[in-house]
Amino acid sequence: MISSRKISKLLTHLFIIVVGLLMIYPVLWLISSSMKPEYLIFTDPGLWSREWTLENYWKGWHVTREATFGTFFKNSFLISTIAVIANLVTCSMAAYAFSRINFAWKKFWFACMLTTIMLPSHVTLIPQYSIFHQIGWINTIWPLTVPKMLATDAFFIFLLVQFMRGIPRELDESATIDGCGLVKIYFKIILPLSMPALITTAIFTFMWTWDDFFSQLLYLTTANNFTVPLGLRLFLDAEGQSTWGAVFAMSVLSILPVLTVFFVFQKYIVDGIATSGIKG
Amino acid sequence: MLIKRNPLESSNVTGYLFLLPWFIGFFGLIVGPMFISLYLSFTQYDLLTPPKWIGWQNYIDLFGDRRYIASVTVTLRFMIIAVPTQLLAALGVALLLNKGLRGLGIYRTAYYIPSLLGGSVAIALLWRNLFGMNGLINQVLAIFGIQGPGWVSHPSYALYTLIILATWQFGASMVIFLAGLKQVPTELYEAAEVDGANKTRQLMSITLPLLTPVIFFNLVIEVIKSVQVFASAYIVSGGTGGPVNSTLFYTLYLYQRAFNYFDMGYASAMAWILFIFLATLTAIIFWSSKHWVYYEDGGGRK
Repeated sequence: MISSRKISKLLTHLFIIVVGLLMIYPVLWLISSSMKPEYLIFTDPGLWSREWTLENYWKGWHVTREATFGTFFKNSFLISTIAVIANLVTCSMAAYAFSRINFAWKKFWFACMLTTIMLPSHVTLIPQYSIFHQIGWINTIWPLTVPKMLATDAFFIFLLVQFMRGIPRELDESATIDGCGLVKIYFKIILPLSMPALITTAIFTFMWTWDDFFSQLLYLTTANNFTVPLGLRLFLDAEGQSTWGAVFAMSVLSILPVLTVFFVFQKYIVDGIATSGIKG
Repeated sequence: MLIKRNPLESSNVTGYLFLLPWFIGFFGLIVGPMFISLYLSFTQYDLLTPPKWIGWQNYIDLFGDRRYIASVTVTLRFMIIAVPTQLLAALGVALLLNKGLRGLGIYRTAYYIPSLLGGSVAIALLWRNLFGMNGLINQVLAIFGIQGPGWVSHPSYALYTLIILATWQFGASMVIFLAGLKQVPTELYEAAEVDGANKTRQLMSITLPLLTPVIFFNLVIEVIKSVQVFASAYIVSGGTGGPVNSTLFYTLYLYQRAFNYFDMGYASAMAWILFIFLATLTAIIFWSSKHWVYYEDGGGRK
């Protein structure tokens, strides 16, 4: 006879699988529907279509006359790449100073940095916009990338500080005896040993910048500068039942980079969330 | 051999040089703008002409503004329903997964994927379709002979589609709960077994108390996130916050005032009220944590 413990475990598995499938179903249906002819999207709740087509992809790609999704992807990749590099450089510099160097008022500045993590961006939004407007940066990539070059993503500084604090001090000390200065210690010891935290920073910066809608909506105003989220938004204007296939096709393409990054770096992401509370 | 002065002792110049980018950002993009926006909140400002001082007028106007009141109500309703629902789902599934099931990794991945994608415009568009008149939800309901309404275009249901969207993304909180559950020492459960405590008792007396710091953390994060919902509300309502203001989230209304009407002063006042509200709420949660968050090292804050 099967023990009640085994049955309970089996039921748990069953429950988790059923709920999990229900949760993933919309995403699977999105992918399948992106390859269905238009009329089936509204009549076929199943995943296996009786008719497959790639026409939606062609239609979606040419969403507007001014630009194709090729342009939007290029812009999104450009902005995300700059954001990743900028965050890696400036956040790791700030984190190194906070975790390894002694300087006057350090505790005070550290507290200031922590406070900015909780600060809702809306209190700085309008003056920032006004500044960028005055220096002629509206409809350029600079309002989206320059803040990253100035280490305003304080969360990542905090993440890196926590990590760098765990690197043994003896390493710095012996390097000092060997004649290394602080700059050399940063490049030769701290950065290489902080790889896991740097990777977490890079991944989340990429995913958040890729999916960012609010600031891209504010700062990018013409189709040739649009990013993928803004390209998707264009479908709202042209909405009619006849465009859903195209919407789905481009939606699928838009989530592919994030999904790819997730499956390649899964370990770093799950560990990153579990140890630092960072959220996707 | 000459031993150099320990660089860790005092290195003001190097320290400040490494912090230079951060300093410029901190003052130029955060502290400066914060004070400017406080000033702007007492002015009328349309970006093109210089701001005009009008005292408390913006703040007074807010309280007579029906759409503003609607945006506050919508946001609070969302927060009060979505945050607990999401956390309960996360905690529940984490507890189930923590029973030492095989295939934990796969389950964790599957449940995390909605969190990964949920904030994107793509998923918001999908939601607009799923809960539309002829969307997937109504197609499934039709199989059971139920004719559902157009959920996203119905004032009574539109907000709930967004609450479902938020709940759907419980995976990230769940992963954090799972990490917390791993920290609970197994000896405690063994001791409880010996004392004859059943599973429910163990959950209430061991697991949940030891998990309170994680619950606290997730609560703070989710509350902050919930008052800043933008993309999904914008996309699902087509930028309007409709139908009948039912998805007019606070930040969506702020966006409309600032960038559709160019009422920058008014929007700054909204931003400051949001800021003060969030700061107060966070302070209350922190203060209350003394009474319900249990720290193993014998108390005190984190």
